[in-house]
Amino acid sequence: MRRTPPLDAQAGLRKLAGYPHHVLTWIDDAGYPLSVAVTATIDPEASTAAFEPPAGLAVPADAEVSLTGSHIRPQPGYGYDERRHVTVWGRATAGGDGRLILHGEAAWGWDEQETPFFEYSERSVGQSRRYFDALSAERGTPVKPRLSLGWLTLRATRLPFLSATIVPVVLGIAVAAAHGFFDPLAALLTVVGASLVHLGVNTANDVLDTAQGADDANVTPTKYSGGSRVIQYGLLSLRQMATIAGGLYVAAALIGLVLLATRGSMALLAIGVVGLALSLAYTAPPLKLAYRGLGEITVAVGFGPLMLLGAYVVQSGGSLSWEPFVASIPVAVLVALILYVNEIPDRRGDAHAGKRTLPVRWSPETVVLGWDAAVVAVYAAVVGGVGVGLLPITALLVLVTIPLAKRVHDGLRPNYDNPYGLMAVMAANIQLHLVVGLLLLAAYLVVLVVQAFAPGVPLFLG
Amino acid sequence: MGTLPEPIERLLDAALVGELTVVRADGRPITYPLIPLYDGERIYLTSSALFSRKLDHIRVNPKVALSITDSVAVGGRTDRATIQGDARVIEEDPHGGWERLLPIWERKEPAIVAFLKQRVALPLFFERALIEITPRRAIYWADGDAGSQPEVIDVRRVAA
Repeated sequence: MRRTPPLDAQAGLRKLAGYPHHVLTWIDDAGYPLSVAVTATIDPEASTAAFEPPAGLAVPADAEVSLTGSHIRPQPGYGYDERRHVTVWGRATAGGDGRLILHGEAAWGWDEQETPFFEYSERSVGQSRRYFDALSAERGTPVKPRLSLGWLTLRATRLPFLSATIVPVVLGIAVAAAHGFFDPLAALLTVVGASLVHLGVNTANDVLDTAQGADDANVTPTKYSGGSRVIQYGLLSLRQMATIAGGLYVAAALIGLVLLATRGSMALLAIGVVGLALSLAYTAPPLKLAYRGLGEITVAVGFGPLMLLGAYVVQSGGSLSWEPFVASIPVAVLVALILYVNEIPDRRGDAHAGKRTLPVRWSPETVVLGWDAAVVAVYAAVVGGVGVGLLPITALLVLVTIPLAKRVHDGLRPNYDNPYGLMAVMAANIQLHLVVGLLLLAAYLVVLVVQAFAPGVPLFLG
Repeated sequence: MGTLPEPIERLLDAALVGELTVVRADGRPITYPLIPLYDGERIYLTSSALFSRKLDHIRVNPKVALSITDSVAVGGRTDRATIQGDARVIEEDPHGGWERLLPIWERKEPAIVAFLKQRVALPLFFERALIEITPRRAIYWADGDAGSQPEVIDVRRVAA
C-alpha cells in the first residue's frame, strides 16, 4: 500500500519551487551526509534545479545529490501545523554560468493538505507491523505495541457506542413500567445482557471484517468508523479478539438463559434467538448481511424492536404490545443512520473488500436523500404514534431535535469526501440518536410521574 | 557548556524542525523533517513505529546529518548549521522509553502532552524509538548564506 501519492521528478520539482529555500544534501568523503541551504532556480519542464555551489564545500559531480523543501507553520504555545516536505534526487553537473544543475530523477514527499496525517498514519500501519516483527525476531520474544487495560478495553469493544443499546433497553423497561410491570433485578440483568451482546457484536464484527479484508483495506478510519483497529495495530491478535467476542456472547447467553428460566416466555426466546442470529449473520458467512446492503436494516431491527421488545417482554413476563414496537421505530431508524453515516468514510475500503453497503452502492446525492427520508420517517412515526394514541403526548418533545437533525443534513454533502471533516457530522448524528432516545425516555418518565401523582390527567390521545 | 558551540546549541534549542538525513543502503541520502531535542551533549530525535524506515537505514549505516535551515522554525534566526554525527537507535521500550525526553519536547511543542493523554486515539504514533546522535562535526553559517565560508568545527576535538 502506498503511503503517499506517487511523485515523479517533475512533479517534485514543481512542488520544490514553492519553498523559499532548499536543502542540498550529498554524501561527503567521510561517508556522512552533508546538508547546505541553497536557493535553487527550478525549471520543472526541463526537470532541473540550478543553484550556486556552496562556498568551501565540494559538491560531488559524480554522485547522487538531493534537494529538499520543508515547511511548517509555528503555533506559539502549541506546536506547529501545515506540515509538508518534498525531496528530489538527481546528479549534479556544472552549468555554463558556474552554477550547479541537478537533473531530477526521482522524488518523494508528503503534504498533510493532500494526505491528512491520520490517513498517512493509517497507510503506515504496515511499516509499524514490520518494525515490531523485526524487533520481536531480534529479541526472540514478542514485542507488541501496548495500551493500558482500560484504554484497550474501551477501544477493542468500542464501549462508547453502548448508548445504542442502553437507550432502547431502558426505554423498553420504561414502557413496561408505564404498563404496570417493573422488576428491578430483571431490568438490571436485561441492561447487562443486552450490553454484552452489543460488545460481542462489536468485537465479532472486527474479527470477521478483518478476516474478510474490509478493515485492512480501510485507510480512512475515524473515531466513529472503520472498526476498533486493535487487530490492525497489533494491540490484540485475531485469536484474542475472537476469544473476547466468544466470551461476551457466552456471558450474554447465560444471562439470557437466566431471564428465560425466570420468565418462561416463548416471545423472549424468539427475540433472543433472532437477535443472536442477526448479530452473527451481520458479518459472518454465509449471509454476511452487512456485505449485501442489508446491514443498516439488520442494525435497525437488532437495536430497535428486538432490544425494546425484549426489554418489555422481560418485564411483562411474556405479554407483547404495539406500544413498545411503535416507540422502537425512532431509535431503530436513528441507530441505523449512525451506521449509515459512519459507512460513508469507509466506503472505499468496504468496496475494495466487497462489502457493498448502501453508501458503496449509492451516489452521494442518493445517500443524503436516503438520510433525509429516514429522518422524516422518524418524526412522522412519533407524530403518528401520538396521533393514534400509541405514544404519549409528551413524546412530541422529540421534535426539539429537528435543528440537530438539520445540522447533520447540512454537514453531510459538504464533508462527504472528507472523512475528518465528517467526524463532527458523525458525532452530531450519534447525538441525534441519543437525544431522541433520552427524550422518549423522559416522555415515559413523565407518564410514570403523572400515573403516580395525577392519574386522571390524560397523556394519550383517543 | 555543552558539546556543541553555543550558537549551534541555541539553534537546536529553538528549532521546531530540523532535517535529519540518513543514508540508504544503496548510498542515497534520505531527508526527514523531525523535531530535534538536545540535552547538552547529544541530539535526540524520536521516530514512531509507523514511520520507522529511517531506523532501518540507521542500523545499516549510522552516519547521519541534522541541519537547521528554516528561519521560520527557529523563531526568525537567520544563522544555519549542519551537525554530522553517529546515530544509535534506542528501542528497549518503544512504549514508554522515549518519554524521558518529554520535558524537552514539551518545551517546543506543548500540545504533545495533551496528545499523549489521548494515546488511545493513535496508539501506534506513540510507540517510538529514540535516535541518539553523537555529534562529530558541525558546520555553521553565521549569516545563513551558503555563499559565505562556513565555520567547520571538529566536535570530537572540542569535546576532548
